[in-house]
Amino acid sequence: MGDIVFSVRNLKKSYKTGDVEVQALRGVDLALYKSEMAVLLGPSGSGKSTLLNIIGGLDRATSGEVYFGSENLTDYSEWQLTRFRRSHVGFVFQFYNLIPSLTAYENVALVTEIAKHPLDPKDALEMVGLKERMHHFPAQLSGGEQQRVAIARAVVKRPDVLLCDEPTGALDSKTGVLVLEVLDRINAEYGTTTAVITHNAGIRNIAHRVFSFHDGRIVEAAVNETRMKPSEISW
Amino acid sequence: MSMLDRKLFRDLGRLWAQALAIALVMACGVATLILAEGAYRSLHETRAAFYERYRFANVFVSATRAPLETAATIKAIDGVSGAVFRISKPVLLDMPGMAEPAAGMVLSLPDFGEPDVNRLYIRSGRLPAPGSTDEAVILESFADAHRLKPGSHFTAIMNGARRDIQVTGIVLSPEFIYTIGPGDLVPDPRRFGIFYMAHSRLAGIFGMTGAYNDVSLRTTRSASEAAVIDAVDNVLKPYGGAGAHGRDRQTSHTFLDNEMIQLDGMAKVIPPIFLGVAAFLINMILSRLIALEREQIGLLKALGFSEIAIGLHYAKLTLVIAALGFAVGAGLGNWSGRALTQLYTEFFSFPFLIFIESADLYIIAAGVTGAAALAGAARAIWNVVKLPAAVAMRPPAPLNYSAVLPQNILFTKLFSQLNVMAMRGIIRRPMRTALTTLGTSLSVALLITAFASMDSVDSMVEEVFFRAARQDASLTFITDLGPAAALAAAKMPGVMRAESFRSVPVVLRAGYREKHLAITALDPKAGLTRILDTSHRPVTPPPNGLMISDHLARFFGVRPGDMLDVELIKRNHAIVSVPVTGIVQSYIGLETYMQADALDHLSGEGQRVSGVWLSVDRTMLNDLYAAVKQTPAVASIALQGVSRQNFRDTINQNIETMTFVYSLLAVIITFGVVYNSARIQLSERARELASLRVFGFTRWEVSGVLLFELGVIALAAQPVGWIVGYFFSKLVIDNFASDLFRMPFVINSSTFAYASGVVLFAAVVSALVVRRRIDHLDLVRVLKTRE
Repeated sequence: MGDIVFSVRNLKKSYKTGDVEVQALRGVDLALYKSEMAVLLGPSGSGKSTLLNIIGGLDRATSGEVYFGSENLTDYSEWQLTRFRRSHVGFVFQFYNLIPSLTAYENVALVTEIAKHPLDPKDALEMVGLKERMHHFPAQLSGGEQQRVAIARAVVKRPDVLLCDEPTGALDSKTGVLVLEVLDRINAEYGTTTAVITHNAGIRNIAHRVFSFHDGRIVEAAVNETRMKPSEISW
Repeated sequence: MSMLDRKLFRDLGRLWAQALAIALVMACGVATLILAEGAYRSLHETRAAFYERYRFANVFVSATRAPLETAATIKAIDGVSGAVFRISKPVLLDMPGMAEPAAGMVLSLPDFGEPDVNRLYIRSGRLPAPGSTDEAVILESFADAHRLKPGSHFTAIMNGARRDIQVTGIVLSPEFIYTIGPGDLVPDPRRFGIFYMAHSRLAGIFGMTGAYNDVSLRTTRSASEAAVIDAVDNVLKPYGGAGAHGRDRQTSHTFLDNEMIQLDGMAKVIPPIFLGVAAFLINMILSRLIALEREQIGLLKALGFSEIAIGLHYAKLTLVIAALGFAVGAGLGNWSGRALTQLYTEFFSFPFLIFIESADLYIIAAGVTGAAALAGAARAIWNVVKLPAAVAMRPPAPLNYSAVLPQNILFTKLFSQLNVMAMRGIIRRPMRTALTTLGTSLSVALLITAFASMDSVDSMVEEVFFRAARQDASLTFITDLGPAAALAAAKMPGVMRAESFRSVPVVLRAGYREKHLAITALDPKAGLTRILDTSHRPVTPPPNGLMISDHLARFFGVRPGDMLDVELIKRNHAIVSVPVTGIVQSYIGLETYMQADALDHLSGEGQRVSGVWLSVDRTMLNDLYAAVKQTPAVASIALQGVSRQNFRDTINQNIETMTFVYSLLAVIITFGVVYNSARIQLSERARELASLRVFGFTRWEVSGVLLFELGVIALAAQPVGWIVGYFFSKLVIDNFASDLFRMPFVINSSTFAYASGVVLFAAVVSALVVRRRIDHLDLVRVLKTRE
């Protein structure tokens, strides 16, 4: 195991929807290591997205601590969280979240404008196999292609961590495998710590470690002795 | 309440800020409509009632001296239903506490009973008693300015003699609702007064026994005014009749007409601007609302709601906003309409005020507001109605941005991706961008139009008082005198320079067109009053021919070299043909010039002077005033220096109110347009902007996308607004032109700057209000939802 990238201690998160108080996280402890590929598995509402949002600096915990390296994110101001996301985190979402008015190339280049040592957007697109379609607008790309652009956009700034929330959730099995292959290759080639959220148990086999969520808690943390290639799985 | 209606009110609750912004824009339209149209109707009705109750004449004529025997002939003219034969003379007034002599006019009243036409409304006191000596009733405005009451006294210099006049009553007359003294541009009741004395008394003072010099007639409804005018002119021709005319040349009537034309113009021009902008805003927010509720609409249809029911639901939403706009606007319009009408009764001398609150005006206002709102909503609602349920429940196809802006690398190097995003947003919806730009530009145009009138008035005053009529005072004589009179005037105390002028009343004709006016001749070496050509350069009239104003040249359709017929009223109506030798610039009256020798020759009376223009040593003004009061030959005095100041004061009083009101209107339009378009952009882009925040862009960087687009629109609206404003202003200034007044068309650069400054400031503030919402974007929620 390498250095610890994230360590989470007794993290709790509750929020109110209407008059109901929802306990999204009920005390989570977790460490993510450098170059690790982790899968966070669990049914909808089990707290995995909440955890990802908090460690990604999008949301704040109700109590507990989140360390990024030696930095305590819990104490960060809004401005510091923005800086943190800008420098260290790459996000991939279920619905891609591409800017419809920018081409694939421009969507990727967008992030290079605020990153310190970005890759060339073309290289990033080549990595996801979309160099040929870089001048297409999102509306002209298939779902799988859009997700690969989103991954290129996430990795172009050479983030320390890649946080993927249901990256294959809106894709069919074949296209989803293509996307996972890209994530796997980036993890292998750049050593980017990658956390993939999914409710799809099939994906668990590509990870180094798998954390199973239930009702706001991690109920199981398992190490895959032998990882499978994305091309070997399907759902 | 049906469930759909509940939804309607909840939607409104959510959209309250946007709905309010639109309602305010509508309210401005409704308020200006009710204000202007209401004040117009009130003024119109009040005037009509005053005219009718006090038998205001509709034909007027003055003569040199006509025997009273002619009265019966005039009364017998077919169509004449009433007449008054009066003595009307200019006088000087020596008012206590006033060094300068005031100008005045005295008119005769029948010795017994009320006049048949132009009756007086007696506010207090009584009419002069029959056989009384110097008793008079005075106009209320003059009485108020000098705090005169029945029983007060003042001194009038009448036919060269000082007389102590006793006030017996305070009156108002339909003839003098608006009074303006010689040389003035605005009423100054302190320096110009009108009073009435018994006919026999005035006849004695002015040597007019058995005679009159002023006739006012009322005609029957069926009478031809033109025929009556011809008949009266025939009767009075031998007695120096100056040519009868209708109300169109009666000063008070014409000024009121001008005021009403302006109100009418305001009622026709401003409300459509506001309602048009409001319609566009409704279109914008409703289209967005419907886009957001697309799936709900599909669901409602799937549940079995009819297309009409769903269409009506959105129509109702629109009408609720319109109703709010109408309610606020109607209240505001009613209140300001009352205030304006009240102001009018103070500015104009009406004995009573009829404030017209006609239901039809409110019905019209409500109707046009509702219609404008529905017109704005029509397309969006139609789209809802025709949307098939199955399609509605699927998300709409994404916007295609291809081929909107070049995609080459150079382009992307020049602009940041954030700017490219904003630019594509602008270009992708060209219609909306164009309408938003136009909407914002209308507020610029509105301000420019308001201030261009001020610029033009200012320029007119500069031109008239500082470049053309540069004298400090003008004296007019009781009758035309020999040249020695000018020399005598030059010797009065304090006079540094005196220049004589002659004024001869004529009728100018070209074909069927004619104008009654006076030809003025000035000293060839005149320097105080100058004639300016259309390029504003001083010119002197050539030895022969007429120089006429550009306004007259257009009226007659003549150019230099063309001939005009000149009817010499005082030379037994002899007609001579005279060439037009030049066109001059004139903003007041119907100025027409000739060289003095030529006019003397034309009049057949030899060298005469009608009055003098004076340049005065300011330190000796009081001595001059005292001397004028002692000079029997002086009929009236105009003090240009005081007039200038008065005019400036009047303008300055209005300028602050006007600046405030028009700036407020412009701010409301700008806020309505910018706030709504920012809110809609934010709604459409929430997902994009949240994504940018997630990638690590700061709030201000993300706000930049929104502000860039708004900024481009706000800036693009400026030149558009300048152009629209330019043409609006031109329309207003051209509309204003009458025989009494014209204005040069002038827009100062500061007006453009002020208009743009106000609008840009309002745009920035409105955009920043919306920008704050970016701080509260819920990043997590936005990213979890499908577009």
